[in-house]
Amino acid sequence: MNPASLLVFDVLLLLSIVGLAWASLATTDVRRSVILFIAFGLVLAVAWGRLLAPDVALAEAAIGAGLSGALLLAAAHRQPRLLTPESTNAPRNHGAAGAGVVLRWAVTLLCTALAGTLAWALLHVFSSTPHDMLPGAISANLAASGVSNPVTAVLLNFRAYDTLLELAVLLTAVLGIFALGQATPGYQPAGPVFDGLVRWLVPVLILTAGYLLWVGAHAPGGAFQAGAMLAAAGVVLRLAGRTDTGLPEGFVLRIVMAAGVGVFLLVGLALLLLGRPFLGYPPAWAGALILLIETAAMLSIAATLLLAFLGGQPESTGVKAAADRQREEISQC
Amino acid sequence: MINIMSAILILAGVFFYLAGSIGLLRLPDLYSRLHALTKADNLGLGLLAAGLSLHSQDLFIMLKLLLVWLAVLAASATSAHLIARQARRQETGS
Amino acid sequence: MTELFLLSALGLMLGLFLGLLRVLLGPGVGDRMLATQLIGTAGVGMLLLLNVLLDQPALLDVALILALLAAVAAAAFTGQQQTQHD
Repeated sequence: MNPASLLVFDVLLLLSIVGLAWASLATTDVRRSVILFIAFGLVLAVAWGRLLAPDVALAEAAIGAGLSGALLLAAAHRQPRLLTPESTNAPRNHGAAGAGVVLRWAVTLLCTALAGTLAWALLHVFSSTPHDMLPGAISANLAASGVSNPVTAVLLNFRAYDTLLELAVLLTAVLGIFALGQATPGYQPAGPVFDGLVRWLVPVLILTAGYLLWVGAHAPGGAFQAGAMLAAAGVVLRLAGRTDTGLPEGFVLRIVMAAGVGVFLLVGLALLLLGRPFLGYPPAWAGALILLIETAAMLSIAATLLLAFLGGQPESTGVKAAADRQREEISQC
Repeated sequence: MINIMSAILILAGVFFYLAGSIGLLRLPDLYSRLHALTKADNLGLGLLAAGLSLHSQDLFIMLKLLLVWLAVLAASATSAHLIARQARRQETGS
Repeated sequence: MTELFLLSALGLMLGLFLGLLRVLLGPGVGDRMLATQLIGTAGVGMLLLLNVLLDQPALLDVALILALLAAVAAAAFTGQQQTQHD
């Protein structure tokens, strides 16, 4: 399939992406811009698929379109409808309109100059180094990495240290979320149609998460995408008014949150004790170790994303369960 | 022969999809646009998936395509209902 | 056959643009959300076609996940106003 024949398709895709991004930023209505952003995420996932990057397409569809959309919509509920200069803390140009325009033009020129410099530097690098240096190095070492998907090999083996630090960043983020206090109030119980959707959507999402985790070893997938699917399942449960979003309680929750970084560190330190370099898997054990780390990371990522949607520490379910039972009894009579 | 049938199914799918999109654009009301949307989702994608599964002639891919169609079917039907109900609720102010 | 798939992909892209018009125009938030569902389904269809055109079997998985998560986004839109637990 030569690339030239998809040219029209590519151009149209590009136009729609740029158009959606522009429209999403240019509108003052908060909910409108969030919905445009969700559409933007969906089309961007298609674009990643077109660029032959299915792993990124999976992550974009799950996190960029689905979860971010749900998060932003929930936040938009609590915002005033229109982003007027009074509702946001925009700086006022009291009689200094001229200075404002000059400032804006100066910033635009600065950003353009920066982008131009970066583009020139990238073009220079791409033209002087061979194109397949990195892919060649990866495919040469793929057999010893324990998996056959090059993306997973890079993430979990060749650059495992980077992924460890990424998971640590996620852990820091969720600690910040915990510092916000109690989670936002829940949603009303769902009607029968939404309930029907939840009944099949949540199990399918959980199954897909397990499938993506397993298939990540030899096809696009992996811990991040699987974690996002699990978080989406929890978000759907939350939206349907269920108080039990699948998150564990108290101490177990904290274990799950730290599991990604923890298991990663334990594996690395154990390998150190055995005399190998930090996170230097022995080729025979690499596949199993990667699966172990990915499972822990999936649970951690799912908990982090779900807590981000909840917006704080989840309430203990003891009180909630009693309230739910009471509400059910009332609704049944 | 299989190729011809597959081609017909795929073209029919795209036709229904375009018909739904035009309906989404030209119909006057949110609730009538719902009808257009569900035609595009159910028929359009279903025929497209059927044509592609005929083309691939691989059982696993056929099952996956069927799963995609069923997911879109159930999800879009429910979403259409939920969106309409939300709009109705905002209209009547309840 | 390849030309047919290409043509179908362009047809779906045209439908996506029509949905885009509705997203940008649509007087109410519900219209915009409906059009987003249409865009999502167009994306699923395009991924199914790209799966054959570019010979990437993983795009089937991406199509499935796109379909499921468009449903999650629609569910988020309609989640009723948050309420205090009493």
